[in-house]
Amino acid sequence: MMEKTIALAGNPNTGKSTLFNALTGLSQHTGNWAGKTVTMAAGHFEYQGQAYRIIDLPGTYSLYSNSTDEEVARNYIILEQPDVTVVVLDATSLERNLNLALQVMEMTNRVVLCINLIDEAMRLGVRIDVAKLQERLGVPVATISARKKIGIDGLLEKVGQVASGQLIPEPAPIVYSREIEEKIKMLEPHVVRLLGNRFPPRWVALRLLDGDTDLISTLKSPAGAPAAEAGEVMQLGNASCH
Amino acid sequence: MSSPIRLLDAKTGTKLRLTKLEVTGVLRRRLLDLGFVPGNVVEVLQKSPLGDPTAFRVNNTTIALRKEESGLIFAELLEV
Amino acid sequence: MGTPLATEKPDSLDALYAMAQRLANGESIRDEIVGDIYRATHSICHEAVKYEDKKRLEQTYRLDRIVTSPIWGFPIMLAILGVVFWLTIAGANVPSSMLASFFGVIEDYLTAGFQAVHAPDWLYGVLVLGLYRGTSWVVSVMLPPMAIFFPIFALLENFGYLPRVAFNMDRLFKSSGGHGKQALTMSMGFGCNAAAILSTRIIESPRERMIAILTNNFVPCNGRWPTLILLASLFMAAGVASQYTTLVTALVLMGMVLIGIVVTLAVSWILSKTALRGVPTHYTLELPPFRKPQILKTVLLASKDKSLSVLNRAIIVAAPAGVITWILGNITVGDASILAHMASFFDPFAHALGLDGYIIMAFLLGLPANEIVLPILLMGYLSSGAMVDLESTANIKNIFLAHGWTWLTALNMMLFSLLHYPCGTTLFTIYKETKSVKWTVLSAAIPLCIAIAVTYATTQIAYAFGWV
Repeated sequence: MMEKTIALAGNPNTGKSTLFNALTGLSQHTGNWAGKTVTMAAGHFEYQGQAYRIIDLPGTYSLYSNSTDEEVARNYIILEQPDVTVVVLDATSLERNLNLALQVMEMTNRVVLCINLIDEAMRLGVRIDVAKLQERLGVPVATISARKKIGIDGLLEKVGQVASGQLIPEPAPIVYSREIEEKIKMLEPHVVRLLGNRFPPRWVALRLLDGDTDLISTLKSPAGAPAAEAGEVMQLGNASCH
Repeated sequence: MSSPIRLLDAKTGTKLRLTKLEVTGVLRRRLLDLGFVPGNVVEVLQKSPLGDPTAFRVNNTTIALRKEESGLIFAELLEV
Repeated sequence: MGTPLATEKPDSLDALYAMAQRLANGESIRDEIVGDIYRATHSICHEAVKYEDKKRLEQTYRLDRIVTSPIWGFPIMLAILGVVFWLTIAGANVPSSMLASFFGVIEDYLTAGFQAVHAPDWLYGVLVLGLYRGTSWVVSVMLPPMAIFFPIFALLENFGYLPRVAFNMDRLFKSSGGHGKQALTMSMGFGCNAAAILSTRIIESPRERMIAILTNNFVPCNGRWPTLILLASLFMAAGVASQYTTLVTALVLMGMVLIGIVVTLAVSWILSKTALRGVPTHYTLELPPFRKPQILKTVLLASKDKSLSVLNRAIIVAAPAGVITWILGNITVGDASILAHMASFFDPFAHALGLDGYIIMAFLLGLPANEIVLPILLMGYLSSGAMVDLESTANIKNIFLAHGWTWLTALNMMLFSLLHYPCGTTLFTIYKETKSVKWTVLSAAIPLCIAIAVTYATTQIAYAFGWV
C-alpha cells in the first residue's frame, strides 16, 4: 500500500512539533518559544492500516517567502504536494493563526485544520464553534491537545478521509478587493496556459501580483525539481546532538 | 479621534488603531503578517526593564518591537 | 485598468511576471492582500470564537508585567538562574556518590574476574583502569547534575520564560550589535553548543547570525557544567562553613555565567565594529502566553534524553579517550611517560596562565568532547596512568593539591573551560552551517585567544597583588 504524506504547517509555537512527536514517537525539541524547529523533520506512523509519512515544516507567520523558513515551507506544499496539509493553529490566538491557514487553503484544497491547545483555550474561557468554522472555511476542522493527546484520533480520522479522497474539502476562497479580483481574473488564464493546472492558478496569479520573484525562479527550475531541494533541508529525528 | 501618533510615543496601557506603516521591504511584510495591519487595534503592554523594546498586544498575541520599528508605525489613540 | 494589458499574451513566465507587475502598479498590493485576509479571519473569528471572560484571558499577561518589570525583571532572572544551580548542585551530590560506589563495586568484580583468568597487566590496565574507569567517571560525575539541570531548564522553556529573557536583555544585545534573538540561541547553548549553532537559524540576517555563532561558545554547555560545578565546589567554596558551600558554589557558577554573558556582549560588539560591520536588522519577538508545562512528562523526557546523550557521549568519546590516555600515560620514553613529556613541554606556557602542562594537555585531548577534559586531567596526574577511585570528591581535591593547585589554578581552569574553543562536534556543526573554513577557524581561534588573555591577566594580577 502506498504511504501517504502529511505536512504540518502553522505559526511558530503552535505545538506542531508536539503533535509530530505524539504521532511518530520521535522526540523533536519542543518548548514555548517561536523558532525552535529549524529543520524539517520527517517521521512515519500508521493509523487504521494506512501508513503515513509526516513532515514537520518550520513554523512561519506566513507563506509569502519573506524568509528561508517560509520559502522552505511554501515550496514543500506547492511542489511536493503532500496528500494532506495539516495546519496547526493555536486555539488561544486563532485570529492570527487563521491568517496562515487561509494562505494554505489558497495553495491546496487538501487541508485539515487542527486547532491545538484546546485545553488552554478552555481554561482561558475561549469557546470555539467548530461547526461554524467548518462551514465558513469549507475544510475539516479538528480540535486537539497534542501534549495531553486529546482528540488525536478525531484529527487522524479527518486526515485519513482527506488523504484517501473520501472527503474533498472545498476551501472558501478569500475575496479580495474588486480591484485585486479583476487583476487576478486577467492573469489567471495566462497562468493556466503557461503552467497548466499543476499549481493553483489563482494563487500563482496573486503571487505574481505581489511581486514574488522567488516563486518565478522556483517554477522555472526544471519541472519544479523539488526532490533534491527538499532532501537538503530534511533531517530525520532530533536535530540536537547531545 | 485624535491625530495619528507614532506607536513609539504611545503610553503604556493605551489602545490605538493603526493607521499607517512607514516601513518598506521585509520588515513591512513581517509586521503585516504579525497583525500590524492598518485598521487593527494595538494595545501598548509594557516596556522592557532596560526601556526598549516594548511589548504590544495585537490579535491576542504579544509582540515586542524595538523603538526603531515602533517609531515607523502610526496609529490613532482610542478612547478608553 | 489599461486596456492594452487585456489583450496581452505573455509567452513566458518572465513576460507574465512583467505583466503582473504592471498590473500591480506599486507596492501597496501586499498591504491589501494581507489586510483582506485579516478582514476575513476577523469576521470568521467574530462568528466562531466567543470569549467567556476577557479578564481571564488577560490574566495570563499579568505575569509578564512582573517578570519583565523594570524593578523585578533582572532580579527574577538572576534568582531563577541561582535557584536552578542551587538545586542542581544540592541534588546531584548524593546520586553522584551512589553511582560512584556502584561502579566501584562492579570494578571490584571486574578486577577479580581479570585476576581469575590471569589476564596480562596491560590488558587489565587498558580495559579496566582506562576504559571502564573513564566511562564510569563520566557517567557518575556528569549524569546526576545534568539529569537535574535539564529537566528544570526544560520546564522553564516549556513554561515560556526564555522569550522573556530575550525581551529583558534585548537592549544589551542591540547595543552590542547582535540580534535580540541571540539571547535565545545563548539559552540553547546551556544544553549543547552544537544544537545552539543550529538554532541560530532563527536569526535571519547572516551578519547577526554569524555573531551569534561565533560567541555561542561563551555559554557553558553540558560538557563543561560538571567541570565548573566540581571545581567551584572543591576550591571556591572551600573556606566557607559547610552549610553555605552549596550556596557559594551556586553563586560562583552564576558568576561564571555572567562572565560568559559579558564576554559574549564584548565580542559581539567588537565583531560588529570590525569584521561583521553593519546596522542591526529589524526585530520582532513574540512573547507567547505562559503555558503550564506538563511537569512529570517534561521532567522524564528531559532527563531521559539528556541521560541517554551523556551515556552516548561517554561510550563514544570517553571510552576511547580513556584508552588513549592510559596508553600515553603508560608508555615510557626515557625517564617518563609520553603524557609527562607532553605536559612538561607545555608547562612554561601553562604556568604563565596559572595552569600547568597537564591541564593544557587535557584541553587539547578533550577537543572531541568537553566532558572528558577533567577525566583526562586526573588520569594524567596519576603516574600509574589510571584514574582514581572517585568515591569521594575529597580524593579528587587531594590529587589536585598534590599537583600544586591553589584556588587560582581552579579559577583559571574554570575560566579556560568557559572561554576556550568549542568542542569538535560544535566546530563541525559550525562548518556545516557556515560552509566556511575561515569562520570555523575563527570560531575556535577567537575564544582560545580570549581564554589565554583572561587567564593570563587573572594570574598576573593575582601574583602582582600577592594573593597567591
